[in-house]
Amino acid sequence: MQAINLALKQEMEKDETVIILGEDVGKNGGVFRVTEGLWQQFGDNRVIDTPLAEVGIISVSIGLAIAGMKPVAEVQFDGFSLPMLDQLYNHAGRMRKRSQGRWHVPLTLRVPHGGGIRALEHHSESVEAFFTHIPGIKVVTPSGPYNAKGLLISSIRDPDPVVFLEPKRIYRAIKEEVPEEEYTIPLLNSQVVQEGSDVTVIGWGAMIKTIKEAVEQLQGKYSVEIVDLLTLYPLDEKTVIDSVKKTGRCVIVQEAPKTCGFAAELIARINEKALLSLEAPVQRVTGYDIPVPLPKLENYYIPDVTRINKAIENVMSF
Amino acid sequence: MPKREVKPKLEMFQILNEDGKIVNTREMPQLKNEDIKRMYELMVLSRVFDDVALKLQREGRILTYASLLGQEASQIGSVLALQKDDWIVPSFRENGVFITLGFPMEGLYQYWAGDERGMKILEGRNALPVAIPVGTQVPHAVGIAWAMKLQGRKNVVVTYFGDGATSKGDFHEGMNFAGVFKVPCVFICQNNQWAISVPRSRQTASETLAQKAFAYGFDGILVDGNDVFAVFKVTKDAVEKARAGKGPTFIECYTYRMENHTTADDWKRYRDPREVEEWKKKDPIDRLKKYMEGEGIWSEDYEKEVWDSAKAKVNEAVKKFESVPPLMPLDMFEYVYAELPPELEEQRKDFE
Repeated sequence: MQAINLALKQEMEKDETVIILGEDVGKNGGVFRVTEGLWQQFGDNRVIDTPLAEVGIISVSIGLAIAGMKPVAEVQFDGFSLPMLDQLYNHAGRMRKRSQGRWHVPLTLRVPHGGGIRALEHHSESVEAFFTHIPGIKVVTPSGPYNAKGLLISSIRDPDPVVFLEPKRIYRAIKEEVPEEEYTIPLLNSQVVQEGSDVTVIGWGAMIKTIKEAVEQLQGKYSVEIVDLLTLYPLDEKTVIDSVKKTGRCVIVQEAPKTCGFAAELIARINEKALLSLEAPVQRVTGYDIPVPLPKLENYYIPDVTRINKAIENVMSF
Repeated sequence: MPKREVKPKLEMFQILNEDGKIVNTREMPQLKNEDIKRMYELMVLSRVFDDVALKLQREGRILTYASLLGQEASQIGSVLALQKDDWIVPSFRENGVFITLGFPMEGLYQYWAGDERGMKILEGRNALPVAIPVGTQVPHAVGIAWAMKLQGRKNVVVTYFGDGATSKGDFHEGMNFAGVFKVPCVFICQNNQWAISVPRSRQTASETLAQKAFAYGFDGILVDGNDVFAVFKVTKDAVEKARAGKGPTFIECYTYRMENHTTADDWKRYRDPREVEEWKKKDPIDRLKKYMEGEGIWSEDYEKEVWDSAKAKVNEAVKKFESVPPLMPLDMFEYVYAELPPELEEQRKDFE
């Protein structure tokens, strides 16, 4: 959270076309306090509380971006981002095309993402697959403070629209050294978090923390390689394929519902490029094809250490 | 409790009546004869372009086309009130707007024939491409206008949409942002009475569309959309107001869609032909012609010259449009991202 705040602050200091808009982002500093202190520093014209209107926020941001601003729009929760899909699909992702290169839309949409914070209904969704299916936009999924800062700076500077999915479960849960100075992480740069030779476990966003905990619990039983995607579109496919070719086994962990989730895309790519290296069918650990349960049952829905390790055992014993 | 007026009455603003007579001398804008002739010539050119488009569609030379017949005054009158670097955010029926801005007509035919290159935005003009999903472009105009304000520029944004769009959420959210942030945006609603087969009365229980603006905290004006002088005047006033930092204006141009919604539609299924006949009497071009005749700036020779010249320009455009080199299939991968991501690079190679 502080890392994202720092990235915003530094980009705003550097580039006066960067503006923040959303609900409660100003004086209140955002519902998660991500924009804390920015309104005080940059004022009303650059950190802007908007009317309560998701479509308004995204569509007005498209106009701002076309006309030379770099809006960083915030939607408060993933479950509320769905009305924005029309504008992202029909306009943000195709303005460059529709104007034959005359206009483009350098906007960033920040979306607190996923569950696990014991929130009300509609506050815990994982909707990344809706976004990755939209031509013309990019989808970025940081998993911790260090990469969140570098990826956000790259997203703000990117000339194309970027949906930046912030796992809300780890807003405060991960402590990590974040350099004060500016750095960027390219929007095509998956990371091998841990090297291994028996099995590849792929994840993104909040799932990386859970995967690490699962692997720790195995206490060295298998040599596990963990791949953190960081971006879903574009996808650093090479890192994924190289890893699966090396280990021959793969588990994919995804918080979203199973059917047509991003894990399915990864399996298709692995089949296309690494099928003959596979020693076992690729396993998915995902949410279920049901509305995200309310907090009483939420923990049974979100992939956890037990389910991940069961999948690892499955592919290892195949 | 004091009684409050909840149903504002709006009168239709008119300068030139159906008989070509000035009914509102005080409001008549200062226009030179040359300006008036230019209005007339652009309206005729748009009508010829439109007529030829319908023919090209019937012959299968272009695809589905949305006619502007009857709405020439609303389109030409409003564009002429702008400065060269002002912004235009259109819907899909604004061919008259594009022609007035100087977009090559061959490009417009090309677009309606399914060739994306036709929407290439003319250099030196700040216009967005045609927006087909109804009303979705309205908030883009607001965003651009807001950028103008934040950047301290003096440009104004004009967006076009129809009566149907006023029922959409995008319209509401755009209007609401415009009011709250007081942006230099002018909303031009061409109320042509029909959204495909659904009449204006089914879009809203509001007596007028213009009165909707009051709820957003800015001016709404109802204007005779077939009166080019009135449209020009109210747009000019609204644009100047916006330029002076005094916020947005909503203009309802009361007009009529004389043709089908698009060439894929048949209005005889849902409209009374007598209604269409009635509106023919209000034709914006005839009306201006009568006025010009009365002023002694119209003659049979001039009339012939205007139509011949329009036809020649349109024929030339058709020729150019039909001789344009074909699109290359690989072009479909262009202009999606600033740089082709690896996925697309690979798909492009597969295609080759």
